[in-house]
Amino acid sequence: MNIVVCVKQVPDTETRIRFGPDGRWIDESGVTFVVSPYDEFAVEEGIRIREARGGEVTVVGAGPERVGQALRTCLAMGVDRAIHIKDDAIERADSLTIARALATAIKAIPFDLILMGKYGVGTDNGQVGPMLALLLDIPQVCAVAKIEIGERVVTAHREIEGAIEIVEAPLPALLTAEKGLNEPRYPSLKGIMAAKKKPIDVRDLSFLGISLPAPGSQPIRWQKLEAPPGRGEGKIFRGDPGESAREVVRLLREEAKVI
Amino acid sequence: MPGGVLVFAEQRGGVLKRSSLEALSEGRRTADRLGRLLVALIAGDGIGRLADQAVAFGPDRLLLIDSPLLAAYSTEGYAAALGQAITHASAEIVLLACTAMGRDLAPRVAARFGAGLATDCVALMTEGGVFRARRPVYSGKAYATVEFSGSLAMATLRPNVFPAQERPPAACEIVRLELELPESAIRARVVRTELAEKKEIDVADASIIVSGGRGLKDPANFSLIRELAEALGGAVGASRAVVDAGWIEHAHQVGQTGKVVAPALYIACGISGAIQHLAGMSTSKVIVAINKDPDAPIFKAATYGIVGDLFAVIPKMIEEIRRLKAE
Repeated sequence: MNIVVCVKQVPDTETRIRFGPDGRWIDESGVTFVVSPYDEFAVEEGIRIREARGGEVTVVGAGPERVGQALRTCLAMGVDRAIHIKDDAIERADSLTIARALATAIKAIPFDLILMGKYGVGTDNGQVGPMLALLLDIPQVCAVAKIEIGERVVTAHREIEGAIEIVEAPLPALLTAEKGLNEPRYPSLKGIMAAKKKPIDVRDLSFLGISLPAPGSQPIRWQKLEAPPGRGEGKIFRGDPGESAREVVRLLREEAKVI
Repeated sequence: MPGGVLVFAEQRGGVLKRSSLEALSEGRRTADRLGRLLVALIAGDGIGRLADQAVAFGPDRLLLIDSPLLAAYSTEGYAAALGQAITHASAEIVLLACTAMGRDLAPRVAARFGAGLATDCVALMTEGGVFRARRPVYSGKAYATVEFSGSLAMATLRPNVFPAQERPPAACEIVRLELELPESAIRARVVRTELAEKKEIDVADASIIVSGGRGLKDPANFSLIRELAEALGGAVGASRAVVDAGWIEHAHQVGQTGKVVAPALYIACGISGAIQHLAGMSTSKVIVAINKDPDAPIFKAATYGIVGDLFAVIPKMIEEIRRLKAE
């Protein structure tokens, strides 16, 4: 079973966000970058499936030099090999362009299953997975919390509003990971040492035969980043709990009119 | 003729999603500002009877794609239906609700059409005839205004943010389209749907959410949260800490690695307000925070805050709400 896991390197979720000079992107100086948390579930699941059924897990990431560290982390967790689509600007490109780059790199290797997180935290788009599935003309199941591999078929549990859909798809297929899929392992010391010897194939965009669209012709791009709107001062009650409770219920009904 | 604004009106089990009616209403406002036609699409099996409800929200044209192949949701079946509607409407803008279905469907269709897609939007703007969208990024720590280029722009809209607004009766042309898709083209299929236990209201759908965190001290005390939620007709939410501790299932989790919600009323009980939690609920219209710690960050987001012991506060609230409802 050949498994490809796509990972995105993102600012650590605790990062304080500052805006860069052009106001369209964040200031990355001093930011700690990590593997996007949902992608970690995908990496873990890929390794578990290989451990159960054999085969190889390849991790693919796109971005500048620093993405190499994220790929090393995945290798240390137990992934077999990595492909780094190395480009300084690709992280700022639109999702479809990123999906095209991933599709081109993945088409060159054998795959039965593609895994990735349901979205990369930060840009929070959640688009690359389904776009990649379309470009590769394979079925997709998004935001899955359970995966069972059968004979050339995968069954996945996907959480929807108020229910769980159990979806069956023939392989090859693309699945995106939801929290609850598994508990990702930490790289062991042995894994970290072994990762140093595992191959990372570095591919630039010209090698893949693709180019980024000019910023003005991207189908979508960030025009401006702003601080979130303030919520204004709240009314805080510190007195007797019973009286506070009664007063807040009254305000919810008479002032906010929400109950 | 300029292209239309197309809204995918999502139905599940023969019921139109409220968030889709919000998307239809925002579609109407957008189409009016740009001087375009508003076209709605309902896809499914036996969905003709939903037409009247959708028409009340003001589309100029309603497309119905009714096929047994669309009885259960499938990415490929619904993507084909939405694709047909985009072509039929010569759509320039496509709106969907940012639901499980919308999140699955929109990117696949956007890739097929080479469209720009903005997900989980909280505002749509049309200044000077230019269509833009605003969406939270970095888990709500920043807001991005996005611009589109090309012939098709798509956006999914965060539920509970855009007002749903019925329109006075007006002419609406109803067009039935045949689904152009062989059955074999649907590869990923829903084989079974398991309803959540006890028919609880899902936090993603709820207009009132009562959430509990570590301050509850014991999983058994979630009964207090359930009781308050029940008194208000709301859903039960939870912080990441208590989900990770196994007190309640992940489906209830609100926040960065849970669900992003924007109800009319969000009550956070014994939740300190870690940035990951705030990311999931800070666009709620009214936020009530109940916490013993006056310095808890949740109070910065609160419309109303009660500094105090939740075990003393919540029973009083339940009592007061029941009394008001009985009046």
